[in-house]
Amino acid sequence: MFKIVKREEMSQGTVILNEIEAPLIAAKAKPGQFVILKANETGERIPLTMADTDPEKGTITIIYMVVGKSTALFKTLEVGDGYQDIIGPLGKPTHVEKVGTVVCVGGGTGIAVLHPITRAMKEAGNHVIAIIGARSKDLLILEDQMRAASHDLRVCTDDGSYGHHGFVTDVLKEVCEKEKPAQAVLIGPVPMMKFSSLITKEYDIPTLVSLNPIMVDGTGMCGGCRVTIGGKTQFACVDGPEFDGHQVDYDELMARLQAYCEHEKRCYEEFCTLEQA
Amino acid sequence: MAEKPEKKKKVPRQPMPEQEPMVRAKNFDEVPFGYDEKTAQIEASRCLQCKKPSCVEGCPVSVDIPGFIALIKEGDFTGACRNLWGKNALPAVCGRVCPQEMQCEGKCIVGKKGDPVAIGNLERFAADWERHHGTGQLPPREESTGKKVAVVGSGPSGLTVAGDLIKKGHDVTVFEAFHLPGGVLIYGIPEFRLPKEIVGQEVNFLVRQGVKLETNQVVGRTVTVDELFEQGYDAIYLGVGAGLPRFLNIPGENLIGIYSANEYLTRSNLMKAYLFPKYDTPIIKGRNVVTLGAGNVAMDSARTALRLGAESSKIVYRRSRQEVPARAAEVHHAEEEGVEFHFLTNPIRFFGDDKGRLTGMECLQMELGEPDDSGRRRPLPVKGSEFKMECDLAIIAVGAGANPLLTQSTEGLQLNNWGYIVTDPQTGKTSKKGVWAGGDIVTGSATVILAMGAGRQAADSIDDYLKWGW
Repeated sequence: MFKIVKREEMSQGTVILNEIEAPLIAAKAKPGQFVILKANETGERIPLTMADTDPEKGTITIIYMVVGKSTALFKTLEVGDGYQDIIGPLGKPTHVEKVGTVVCVGGGTGIAVLHPITRAMKEAGNHVIAIIGARSKDLLILEDQMRAASHDLRVCTDDGSYGHHGFVTDVLKEVCEKEKPAQAVLIGPVPMMKFSSLITKEYDIPTLVSLNPIMVDGTGMCGGCRVTIGGKTQFACVDGPEFDGHQVDYDELMARLQAYCEHEKRCYEEFCTLEQA
Repeated sequence: MAEKPEKKKKVPRQPMPEQEPMVRAKNFDEVPFGYDEKTAQIEASRCLQCKKPSCVEGCPVSVDIPGFIALIKEGDFTGACRNLWGKNALPAVCGRVCPQEMQCEGKCIVGKKGDPVAIGNLERFAADWERHHGTGQLPPREESTGKKVAVVGSGPSGLTVAGDLIKKGHDVTVFEAFHLPGGVLIYGIPEFRLPKEIVGQEVNFLVRQGVKLETNQVVGRTVTVDELFEQGYDAIYLGVGAGLPRFLNIPGENLIGIYSANEYLTRSNLMKAYLFPKYDTPIIKGRNVVTLGAGNVAMDSARTALRLGAESSKIVYRRSRQEVPARAAEVHHAEEEGVEFHFLTNPIRFFGDDKGRLTGMECLQMELGEPDDSGRRRPLPVKGSEFKMECDLAIIAVGAGANPLLTQSTEGLQLNNWGYIVTDPQTGKTSKKGVWAGGDIVTGSATVILAMGAGRQAADSIDDYLKWGW
């Protein structure tokens, strides 16, 4: 069992942080890599990119949004409880090098994944501008951490309750225009990555995105996570999860993420009814 | 008065009792029930006890076939199982999944003039009898050597290596990437052909003998081969399987409703999606299901689809019935259950709806031309023969390639052009000192028993190395 040593609720209880004992993974993991978690005997294997690792303590941190049965089940786990299975680190780490100015854009729980990459980009000697967004101020996560990990943090909210009133794309466009970044890293909901990539393409800025398609094994064995990159099929679990943002077929990815929406709805409703009973 | 000796009546091959096709096509219970004691003894009496048994030559792990059959005939079922264990760590598995018609039974002398002795059914009987009634006594173990062996992968070849080396007194740890041990026996072969309880018991039998098991360990990611040496392992066996699904590379292949057989079977078998929503992993069930390919994996997929409620389940294969690579029993079972076979048919594109879900595929009729590299007649498209086939689930079962995850993270390992590990065919030694390999990561997709045969050879070589050096 992989024991939870710290648990926090964020974003009005819709986003959960777990710090988990997993010394072998913590010793090996690099920014951009993911783990697969399975809560119990009957559980599903859920891939999540790590938000942080502490090799000395032997822990990893994940931050997830409660969207269905499996994440609702994760949410019921308290400090002292644990996950039955965690596998990792999986996927290729982010390629971090000094290129000059880097813009890091995060939306929703994508900010959690973006955080260690932003920090690594700063540590590599880059000038890092970070842009993070949420629907409203209450739903924003990791603002302080992102401020520390970057040189210049810009915040956006869809409803204007905090920072810039509007989408991260507005601010990204401005940054591209004025700061001429040498590299962009975009992590968040698929539409955000799609439209942000269109902007960086306009300015010809090399762009990395981190994809989170549906997976089973995470080792290249099933091909469930296949994504189309520049017209070619790749497996996000072993060829990614990071890809050239200008080459990704986002529409296909969005459709494939809906593959089990009916199953998920049924499973989730049943679980919520049981929880309330 | 001297009685004329009655002419000995020939005993026919005892049929295997099994579930009715139309009943079993709707459940996941095992298809054959297995012989009872009396039937097993009758079947065993058909064995001629040849002095030079050809059946043994046909067995990749050289099971003492006349020996264990004689013990069944005498009613010493525990003895029969212990005899099997001498050569085969997984008899309950092999009795169920080996292609006997191409191996032991294919060489059986009785089979020259009738039906061969049902060696597979008898092997299964002995192993099952021991599991249900046996003493649970462990095989003898040699004195501890103090040498540590890491086995990477817990499929049939890895388990064979572990079983052999633990008996020789070595300290054996098996590393498995999934959360459960068994490899293809757990994620690939369905419950109705190989109940998972049996795999669990076979693994447990090794654990009781002292084999250590580390699940959730992706060697190449969580720990590398060189790090295992640093941790004090003296020898390492790589039995990670082929593990890279092949797709057809035709338009529309990423539509929702197209699975690799690996994904479809892993969801159903390992993750128990057939019990959704009791288990959380979902699976697309499909009403009109097509499976592309005609090997054992394709049969398993097509038969799983029926059990998940498909109205029609079709095998679509570009060659003809003669070239079907699946075991005869699997094809027979699939046909009995209502799987339709469409030979000389090759898909060229998939179609979907506006939500990206599969609705059908376009196919070409094929005809057979001259033999190709594999020695089989090459299928060639018939011009202008395009036609449409409706389907809402397609399972691609056209084989697997070499998964590079472990091999690319291991320095000094020689690979061939296809990414498989190059080994000495006699010993399983790789180009890296102290490292052996066997099973599908060396040969490409093959059978459980061939992987076990490779494991046996490597285990002998590892034992030599640990006692005498490289």
